[in-house]
Amino acid sequence: MIFAAMDWHAFFFWMFALLTCGFALAVLFSNNVVHMAFYLILSLGASAGLFFLAGAEFVGAMQLMIYVGGTLVLVIFGVMLTAQSRFVSMETRSGEWVVALGVGGSLLFMLMITAFNVEDWRSPNPRQGEVTVAETQVVSQIGLGFAGVRVDKLDQPDGQLRGGMSGYLLPFVIVSIHLLVVLIGAAYMARTKRRKDVSGGRS
Amino acid sequence: MIEFLEPIHVSHYLLVGAVMFVTGAVCMATKRNVLGILMGVELVLNGANINFIAFGSKYLRSDSLGLDGQLIALFVIVLAAAEAAVALAIALNFYNNHTTIDVDEADDLRG
Repeated sequence: MIFAAMDWHAFFFWMFALLTCGFALAVLFSNNVVHMAFYLILSLGASAGLFFLAGAEFVGAMQLMIYVGGTLVLVIFGVMLTAQSRFVSMETRSGEWVVALGVGGSLLFMLMITAFNVEDWRSPNPRQGEVTVAETQVVSQIGLGFAGVRVDKLDQPDGQLRGGMSGYLLPFVIVSIHLLVVLIGAAYMARTKRRKDVSGGRS
Repeated sequence: MIEFLEPIHVSHYLLVGAVMFVTGAVCMATKRNVLGILMGVELVLNGANINFIAFGSKYLRSDSLGLDGQLIALFVIVLAAAEAAVALAIALNFYNNHTTIDVDEADDLRG
C-alpha cells in the first residue's frame, strides 16, 4: 500500500506549513484590506494545525478559539467600521516595497541559516516512538501550571531547579488584571464621542 | 527535494516561524492602513508562537522545554488579544477624529 509507506506526519506538516506561509504572503501582497483580513484568518487557522502536529492540542484549540474566533472577529469589525471606498485599497509606493523586501529578505536569509545550523535542531528526536502524542492529562497540567503547581516537573532531581519551577501564578494574575484594564480602556476609547461644536455639552 | 522526505525536525518549524515573522515585519513596514499594520503585528506574534510550540514539543526534541513552551504560547495568545483590542480602539478613535485610516496622515505631533 502506498498509503502505509507515506510519512503522514511530514505530509500534513508540509501541507499546513505551505498554507500558513502562503496565506501570510497573501496578507502581505494583497492591497485590499478585506481580503487581507480573510487571508489572515486562513493563515492563523492553518498554523493551529501545526500546533496540533507538534503535540500541543490545547494551545491549538485555544489558537482557534481565542485568535481566530475572538481577535480576528475584532479586527474584521475594525475593517467593516472603517472600510470607506477610498480606504479599502491603498497602494504602497514602489520604493518602499524595494527597501522593505530587501531588508526582509536578508532577515529571512539570516534566520534560515540560524535555524538549519544547530545540530540539535536538525536531528530527529531519538526517542520519538516512546512519546504519547495525545496525552489526556496535559490540559490539567497546564491549568495547574497557571495556578502555580508544576505537576509535570515533580521528578526533577535537582532541588534548587525544582524550587525555580514554581509555576506561573504571578504572571497569570498580572495578565488577568492587564486584560481587565485593557478591555475597560478599549471600551472607553472606542466609544463614539460627539464633538463639542456639534452637540454642545458632552465631550 | 530530499528535504520533503525527511522526518520533521525543530528546524522546519523554525523555518515556518521565520517566514511568518518576516512577512509580518514587512507588512508592518509597508502597509499604509492602520488595520494592515495591526495584521502584521498578529503575524509576528504568531511566528514567535510557532517557535515556542516547536521548542516545547516532546515529540520533536528529547530535551524540550516541556510544558513551559505551551504556557508561554498561551500568554502570547492572550496578550495578542489585548493588543488587538487596544490597537483597534486607537484606530477607531483616530478614524473618528480625522476621518482617515492612513497612517501617513497621522502627523499631528510633527514626528
